[in-house]
Amino acid sequence: MSVSESFTKPGSSGGSGQALRRYKETLRYGLYVIFHPFDGFWDLVHEKRGSLSAANTFLILFLLTRVLKLMLTNFQFISAPLQYINIYEQCGSLLFPFLILCLANWALSTLFDGKGRFKDIYMAMCYALVPYILIQLPLILISHAISFDEASYYEVMMSVSVIWCVFLAFVGLMQVHDFSPGKTVIFLFFTIFGALVILFLILVFFSLLSDAIGFFVSLYREIAFRLY
Amino acid sequence: MKQIKKLFSTLLVMAMLLPFGAALAAEDGFNGCYTYNYDYWGEIIQSPDAYRVDTVLYSAELGLETAMRRPQSMFVRDSELYVCDTGNNRIIQLHRDKSDFSVVRIIDHVSGAEPSGFATPSDVFVDENGNIYVADTNNNRVIMADKDLNYLASYVKPDSNTFDQALSFLPNKLVVDSSGRVYVLATNVNKGLVKYEADGTFSGYIGANQVTYSLWDYVWKMYFTTKEQRSQQAAFVPTEYENIYIDRDGFIYATNTVFSEYDLLYDNAKPIRRLNAIGTDILIKNGKYPPIGDLDWVEQSQVDGPSKFKDITVLENDIYVAVDRTRGRLFGYDSQGILLWAFGNKGNSVGSFSSAVSIEHMGMDLLVMDEFNGSITLFTPTEYGNLVYYAIEQYLKGDYQGSADTWREVLKFNANYDLAFIGIGRALMQQERYEEAMKYFKMAHDRVNYGRAYRYYRKELVEKNILWIVVVVAVLIVVSYVIRKIKKIKWEVKEYERQRVIH
Repeated sequence: MSVSESFTKPGSSGGSGQALRRYKETLRYGLYVIFHPFDGFWDLVHEKRGSLSAANTFLILFLLTRVLKLMLTNFQFISAPLQYINIYEQCGSLLFPFLILCLANWALSTLFDGKGRFKDIYMAMCYALVPYILIQLPLILISHAISFDEASYYEVMMSVSVIWCVFLAFVGLMQVHDFSPGKTVIFLFFTIFGALVILFLILVFFSLLSDAIGFFVSLYREIAFRLY
Repeated sequence: MKQIKKLFSTLLVMAMLLPFGAALAAEDGFNGCYTYNYDYWGEIIQSPDAYRVDTVLYSAELGLETAMRRPQSMFVRDSELYVCDTGNNRIIQLHRDKSDFSVVRIIDHVSGAEPSGFATPSDVFVDENGNIYVADTNNNRVIMADKDLNYLASYVKPDSNTFDQALSFLPNKLVVDSSGRVYVLATNVNKGLVKYEADGTFSGYIGANQVTYSLWDYVWKMYFTTKEQRSQQAAFVPTEYENIYIDRDGFIYATNTVFSEYDLLYDNAKPIRRLNAIGTDILIKNGKYPPIGDLDWVEQSQVDGPSKFKDITVLENDIYVAVDRTRGRLFGYDSQGILLWAFGNKGNSVGSFSSAVSIEHMGMDLLVMDEFNGSITLFTPTEYGNLVYYAIEQYLKGDYQGSADTWREVLKFNANYDLAFIGIGRALMQQERYEEAMKYFKMAHDRVNYGRAYRYYRKELVEKNILWIVVVVAVLIVVSYVIRKIKKIKWEVKEYERQRVIH
């Protein structure tokens, strides 16, 4: 009996119990993906073994990990000036580039004959964040149990989590779009370039928007002054 | 009538400006406080005054017939203060008796020297035997005289091809070590300090500033400029030091004011150096921030940018104090390079300097000379300042417990003093009270000491609870084993029943 056969689309007929079970299954699938990335990412989108709700959960957990890490890690390893830190800013500074990169990736996938849809790309990227959560959350606890001299263990674990995530994201994009590794590298460069273009467009849009608003505001003032 | 009206209105305007001016004066310091320190985050923290102005000496009060003109340097030997009155070509010797200074003599010539007078002398040094050394800049010599001003020797332009003979020898600052070697900081010499043996022979240079340039600078200069352009540009040359001071152990402290702000932030500029006999910088920097003066370059009316140390002096307990000409401030650092206090201001009021050029110490008292006003300000440590010094001294002597008690006193004055927390923490660690020590180290953000204390604490904790740890681990192993066993049995029973159904 394959796992995918037992699933029905959430909300179609199975009711809330089944939806919850599928959600749990897709969450657990995250564990499978990080240890078997090539099979895992392929099945994630092509066999529908992942779900958007699980992907969202991972993203939220990732942001939560970041914030908790800044706040709760022992001061020997991270001493963030908590008096200046804004949680929304911290989350935004991660979420915004993440979404821009997904968007740029999706926008360029047509040019490169990529098979992935936006949903697939987003899901793959979110599933790639799992090692970060799994390693960094316990590391917060561990940081209180080790001393400054043992910082190298801490740092090694930190880098392992990041490298693992990057590797997963790479494999994920490769499988989602059905690319060869070389093509994925080139594609990634273009994705970064695309993200910069999007940033530039956003900047231009907002500066034009503020100019336009400024124009109408001054127009209103002018009229108001003339009338009174 | 019109005149009276005009006068009245002027007075009115002045009266209106007065409170405004007072408000400005209060704001131009750091948050209105005179003495301050930097916390772990590089933020200014107000502090009680470590020093207060005792007296300010002016030429008229000293009874000098001609006022001091652009004095450049001071030197202290015991309770004698020598002031190098550069603009008047003379050295003034003052004697201190508590807060009173009196003129002992005015030195304006050396008998038996040719020429006997000075031409813009810019530094003076007096050795333990009372021999006087003067950097006689425009006479191109350093002249040495005995205490009765009889000529002994002169140190002139090195007769060596390492010294560019086309340049004139302009000694600017000098120090003499305990065996009579003379180190001269000369204008236009960028090879380091010119060193003379006691008998007057030139014996080389020490402590040259390292040449710093970026790869980009190099590529640009070598491949993208023509020979003509290159000759027009400044070459890559090491910079000269600003001032030097020799401490009681014979190490030369040098200050450097030519650097880029970028270098300063990454501690490549090294504005304060401690040079050993072969000219290597051995200054200890154990603080979170290197000794660079102000971290926060608050823009005031006319000044901005980093601190530029004009002069430096080293107290008996290896605490060094540097004077910054950018903002007229004094920075005191302990032997570990941790900022103890900073105070001072730019201005004309008492305790402010318009152009501080020289700093010296008598015991723990500080003397700062202002070139522009020709005034000398005497600072004496307050109760708070003395406590800090006493705590450091006790610690250096090895009296950790006494030092911790003194630090607790310091904390009553200033609850934001990281050094006090570290001092108390260290004493607690000596008493093996690791958990409390950790608390103090954490308050001071001292991760190295915290880690050390934590390791001992953890060891203690494990040793104390070893029985419980063993029991818990054993129980966990047994429980997981039992659970696995039960599951296996259940599965076997199920399998057995299924087999039975099939058959």
